[in-house]
Amino acid sequence: MLEIRDLECGYGPVAALKGVSLGVGEGELVALIGANGAGKSTTLRAISGLVKPRAGSIKFRGEEIAGADPAHVLAAGVAHCPEGRRGFPYMSVADNLAMGAYLRRDPIKVREDFDRVYSDFPRLAERRAQPAGTLSGGEQQMLAIGRALMSRPKLVMFDEPSLGLAPTIVEQTLGIIRSIRDDGATVLLVEQNAFAALELCDHAYLIETGRVVRKGAGKELIADPLVRAAYLGG
Amino acid sequence: MTRFVPPLVLVALALLPLGLKDPYILNALIAGGIFTIGAISLNLLLGYTGQLSLGHIAFFGIGAYASALTALGFDVGLFGGVRIVHEGWHPFIGFLMAILVSGLCGYVVGRLSFRVRGAYFVIVTICFAEVVRLVALNWVELTQGPLALTSIPQMKLGFPGLGETTLRTKTQNLYLMLGVATLAYLVVARLVHSRFGRAMRGLKENEQLAMSVGVNATKTLTVAATISAAIAGAAGSLYAHYFRIIDPDVFLFSYTVTMVIMVVSGGKGTLAGPVIGGLIFGTLPVALRPYMAPEAQWIVYGAVLILILFLMPRGVAPWLDGLLSGRRKAASEKPPAAQPQLEGGA
Repeated sequence: MLEIRDLECGYGPVAALKGVSLGVGEGELVALIGANGAGKSTTLRAISGLVKPRAGSIKFRGEEIAGADPAHVLAAGVAHCPEGRRGFPYMSVADNLAMGAYLRRDPIKVREDFDRVYSDFPRLAERRAQPAGTLSGGEQQMLAIGRALMSRPKLVMFDEPSLGLAPTIVEQTLGIIRSIRDDGATVLLVEQNAFAALELCDHAYLIETGRVVRKGAGKELIADPLVRAAYLGG
Repeated sequence: MTRFVPPLVLVALALLPLGLKDPYILNALIAGGIFTIGAISLNLLLGYTGQLSLGHIAFFGIGAYASALTALGFDVGLFGGVRIVHEGWHPFIGFLMAILVSGLCGYVVGRLSFRVRGAYFVIVTICFAEVVRLVALNWVELTQGPLALTSIPQMKLGFPGLGETTLRTKTQNLYLMLGVATLAYLVVARLVHSRFGRAMRGLKENEQLAMSVGVNATKTLTVAATISAAIAGAAGSLYAHYFRIIDPDVFLFSYTVTMVIMVVSGGKGTLAGPVIGGLIFGTLPVALRPYMAPEAQWIVYGAVLILILFLMPRGVAPWLDGLLSGRRKAASEKPPAAQPQLEGGA
């Protein structure tokens, strides 16, 4: 579904990605793991069009989307749930969700998706008129996920969804991500909680300083000595 | 609850001429109202997109000149001996021209500066206002320069089946101002509550995220600047046909400051804000006149402004809303920015 070949990106003179290649198949849950600054977030930002790649190709369902507009990528079916739960803090929960459907012109189906998000996250329904900035951390993460789903994506990319959440909320959040995949969407997950991500995913890529250094099934990587040493505490 | 304020103000001002004939007070209300329309237009940019137009008076002044020149007619020579001769047209066509020309200028300024936004937009708008003022001052053949455009015809309105009226009295002009102000208010209210309004607020609150959900920042801000400038142009046209004389001083920076004060004190980013701010700073001169000289009044304006910003940092409208809904504390405090509670080790 998503094929990335030799992707290179940078910010000014700094090269953040030095030739990343990876693939995500239809209906899979794929994890990207690695240390801070390894290039995980940049990979997602390049896919969604927020960063223009210097070289390489990104194919989504056969269409080349490297260097395309964020709006175009989103319309093609890729939703990006960026790092940090900060949404639109002064806008209401309902308006935050409506922003997720910004590009859609099918109000009836958007209405259905509102109802679905509200039934999946009853807390959001209770607080729909409240400014998003007044929600708790966990609720804001739910809102961020709900907003991503409002575009009816074929591929959802999550950037560090568990960052800064209490352990029980982390579990709940990862459970929701699994259920999104079970509902038929494809998921690309960037996660600093390597063990949880590897448990959850079908296969995973380990990125270090802008390069993929390991790839394989989640269970394989958990057993891999390099991964164990660097990310799972031996 | 402050959404009831603008209709109340409208009704109060509409009923006022029934009992009050004092031309000084009517004049002050009309002038204050015209600048309130400017403030409503500025609020669309400053309050809802967060972009500060510090040359907003340029759009107002361009509207005033466009409207006056359309109604008066002109005869100017361009490069290469080409002469443009224009016979005066109906003042209402002038009003429409003001909206069109100012809107176009807003589009050009937005197009030039919104690729970079923020401080650059502020600088471009200040420069734009100064350049336009210099043109108005020096293109004497068109604008009469410092001699001013005089004898600008009064606004004329025609209604099908009712014939045409020239708005000569202050009361008539008050109603014209109220009509245009209501229209401007409704246009802004409609925009703000639409999908386009969400895009503007989204850009202001979290630009990266707004772009990632597909908002085109440059396009959205340019459209907002165009509409804002067009409304300011309409206000400028009212100014020209009411006072019947305009000179390059309409482009002075202090008028922009007046509009910014109206928006900020009333509450930027709220619909009632510029109306409340306009009411305060539009009626203060009237209220203070019996007691002090105009020079001394400036001190009071300053004190009132400081007091408002000290007691109600987000402006009168949000403060009133908080007071009336009994959640004053929650409303006057910023929603907490989402901070990670724990730093996850990676």
